[in-house]
Amino acid sequence: MRMAALFTLKRVLNAPAVAVSLYAVIVAAIAWASYTGAQQMGYNWQWYQVPGYIYTFTDDGFQAGEILTGLWATILLSLTCFLLATLLGLGVALLRLSGLIVGRAVAIGYLEFVRNIPLLVLLYLFYYVLGPIFGFDRWAAAVLTLSVYHSALISEIFRAGINSVAVGQWEAAASIGMSRAQAYRYIILPQSVRFMLPPLTGEIVNLIKSSAIVSVIAVAELTTVGRNIISDTYMSFEIWFTVAAVYLALTLVLSFGVSALERRFATET
Amino acid sequence: MVQTPIIIAEGVGKYFGDFKALTDVDLIVNQGERVVICGPSGSGKSTLIRCFNGLENHDTGRLCVDGMELREDAPGMRQLRQDVGMVFQQFNLFPHLTILENLIIGPMKVRKQSRAAAEATARKYLERVRIPEQADKRPAQLSGGQQQRVAIARALCMQPRVMLFDEPTSALDPEMIGEVLDVMVELAETGMTMVVVTHEMGFARKVADTMVFMEAGRIVEVSPPETFFTAPKSQRARVFLDQILEH
Ligand SMILES: Nc1ncnc2c1ncn2[C@@H]1O[C@H](COP(=O)(O)OP(=O)(O)O)[C@@H](O)[C@H]1O
Ligand SMILES: [Mg+2]
Repeated sequence: MRMAALFTLKRVLNAPAVAVSLYAVIVAAIAWASYTGAQQMGYNWQWYQVPGYIYTFTDDGFQAGEILTGLWATILLSLTCFLLATLLGLGVALLRLSGLIVGRAVAIGYLEFVRNIPLLVLLYLFYYVLGPIFGFDRWAAAVLTLSVYHSALISEIFRAGINSVAVGQWEAAASIGMSRAQAYRYIILPQSVRFMLPPLTGEIVNLIKSSAIVSVIAVAELTTVGRNIISDTYMSFEIWFTVAAVYLALTLVLSFGVSALERRFATET
Repeated sequence: MVQTPIIIAEGVGKYFGDFKALTDVDLIVNQGERVVICGPSGSGKSTLIRCFNGLENHDTGRLCVDGMELREDAPGMRQLRQDVGMVFQQFNLFPHLTILENLIIGPMKVRKQSRAAAEATARKYLERVRIPEQADKRPAQLSGGQQQRVAIARALCMQPRVMLFDEPTSALDPEMIGEVLDVMVELAETGMTMVVVTHEMGFARKVADTMVFMEAGRIVEVSPPETFFTAPKSQRARVFLDQILEH
């Protein structure tokens, strides 16, 4: 009897209309709690000011506000870093899987080094130590830090993907005279993409999120922009809510886009 | 008729760690010869023919294939593999490629043939293994017997001088074994040099010039099939034959 009742309850809760209303109620409750909490602190809400920081519409037409500009910088930074991290990660994975003892040692040394240093310390290392030595600016320091940091994780994704292709595929490639490079290119990597796509998406989402850390060296991306606006206007609640929402929107769009891509990919192979 | 040796093994030994998988193997395979290797499971048959195209490296003795002495990472190894075809027990087709692409990728990328030339050869061999109509399918859409015939065609597209088969019918349902063996018999009739590991004794009787019996990493007996099947020289081969011919 109780089981049946529970099942009925679950079915009712999962019905689309009920689920959506429930969700709305929960979100409203959270919003209301923060709002009244802020009221009690005597916080002066100025939501009306926020749109101006996102975009303005003047006689010259549409103009991106600081937040949109910051978002664009975050996207650019994340894309650049993701590309670099992917290349670096692939290189490290291939080195690690190569028959060369030196190659494997270099790869493992690199991975242990990068994985066991806090991201923030790595950033300081690039900005305050290597930056002056090699003469690169804060943007370059940010790009290098994030690329190196995420290349370690991405190389593990590549390694796992490559290792999940059956040994027989290597042997078949070798038996028709392919070199190791040809086997990778034509036989192994195309088959491992399927295993790598989901974790790679996860990694680009992680990268977008961890890119916020470069605000500590004042690279003008989304988080830095948010902080700057707040120091001018003291609207910390509105701006941090907005910045969080923008990150959320970006990562959600990305996740949905990639899962659509994955579905197409899955039906093709 | 002058006999040209194409595989020469002299005192070949192979270790996996401390385990000695091959001991003192001597064998000569001549051009155009069909050699069938049999023996109990774990006797080193796969290891031996995998040494013939360098998928495994032997540790002791000398191994010459197609005029080249095999050594680990010898510069000619890739060239050698192009000239030595191999068919695996598990087919090992490339699942992400169509049947036609499976056949042309080697000739195009390794032998640097044009797509048109590679395709023409591929279609000829698909015809030969009797599945021309499956060219645009993926391996997973084919039956086991069809996949193994594609694997044979893939090896043939490289125009090899020797074909190695490692239990090509062991992974197949019984009703598909015949179609693969038929293709192999026809291949033998074209004069191809073949080294076949198999327990299909009917096939062996039909095509083998030489029977090789292995046990515990050694070659115990090398005989022509007439002798091997009627009066094997070794007691062990006799016991083995009795066992497998019972079924
Ligand atoms: N890669 C390997 N590592 C360790 N032992 C192996 C390996 N390959 C084969 N062996 C061992 O070598 C022996 C011969 O194997 P194999 O050549 O596959 O025999 P067969 O093909 O006659 O059944 C077996 O005992 C097997 O366990
Ligand atoms: Mg075997």
